[in-house]
Amino acid sequence: MAQQAGRRYLRAFVGGFFVAVPVTVTVLDRVAYVARVEGTSMQPFLNPEGVSACDVVLLNRWRVRNYEVHRGDIVSVVSPKNPQQKIIKRVVALEGDFIRTLGYKKRYLRVPEGHLWIEGDHHGHSLDSNSFGPVSVGLLHGHASHIIWPPNRWQRIQRSLPEDRGPLLSSHAAEEEEEF
Amino acid sequence: MFRGVLGKTLGLVGLTVQYGCIAHCAFEYIGELVVCSGPSMEPTIVGKDVVFSEHVSRHLFKIEKGDIVIAKSASDPHMNICKRVIGLEGDKVCTSSPSDIFKTHTFVPLGHVWLEGDNLKNSSDSRSYGPVPYALIRGRVCMKLWPPHRVGPMNESPTGRIIQTKPQSDWD
Repeated sequence: MAQQAGRRYLRAFVGGFFVAVPVTVTVLDRVAYVARVEGTSMQPFLNPEGVSACDVVLLNRWRVRNYEVHRGDIVSVVSPKNPQQKIIKRVVALEGDFIRTLGYKKRYLRVPEGHLWIEGDHHGHSLDSNSFGPVSVGLLHGHASHIIWPPNRWQRIQRSLPEDRGPLLSSHAAEEEEEF
Repeated sequence: MFRGVLGKTLGLVGLTVQYGCIAHCAFEYIGELVVCSGPSMEPTIVGKDVVFSEHVSRHLFKIEKGDIVIAKSASDPHMNICKRVIGLEGDKVCTSSPSDIFKTHTFVPLGHVWLEGDNLKNSSDSRSYGPVPYALIRGRVCMKLWPPHRVGPMNESPTGRIIQTKPQSDWD
């Protein structure tokens, strides 16, 4: 009797395992991902208390399946310096925009086709496009849509560009006006 | 009767979702078939060849110099490119063409790879657009599956552009 029950249990477990693992992996790859924000590069918006309390954000992976982003979005990208690491930054300029950089080797530049310019809100404490240059859109990982921890910081992340960091000349100006 | 139909429909949907997820995991983590087009990898791969590109090495970070890889194009993420890895991060690569008198070299930056096509005369690759971030690599081409008379594993680089670093001489 016990042997039969044990075998049934094992079969149910293995069956459930083969359903749960692929579904979970697919959801994490294609739908949504949860990530803890480490570091101070996006202060004061993310991690305002620094190391003592790290924000946890919900990364919407379905939104970026066609690589559509807008200026002011907070996105996670695979770091071009280290493919095992993901970094969370704000999109400041899209392809074709003409921008002024903060400490990059070229003072002014036009973002090349298929690339983005990302910056952390905390200038000077951020490893972003100002150090490694424009980032290829193919490295986009997810769009940070909500802060889900700590509970007192639950919010939907709105798209917003710091006033002094927008593009000087933009090739998508007309469409952006309607968005806002 | 309605409940029976609903139950069956839900069962069908559940099964579709389950198989869809298994398919996603297979294509993402095991490998996929790729139809190649373009002259940049001749004579190793010609247009309309079907190759199998495995994704295991890419996730385990085991791509090596001399591998043929499929990567997302740096300037258009919807397009894929098929090139050979000439240098990994930290390697020295030659940026001048074989016909130049003065040879120039550069070092591949961290987190990037240097890609070149086997058909040097007709290939736009890292020589024009620079090193490519490693994370854009989708998979390593390990076998050609079509045309049938050329099925088999891929060959060594015919161009001789890979700079092999000599192994350290024996320390006794």
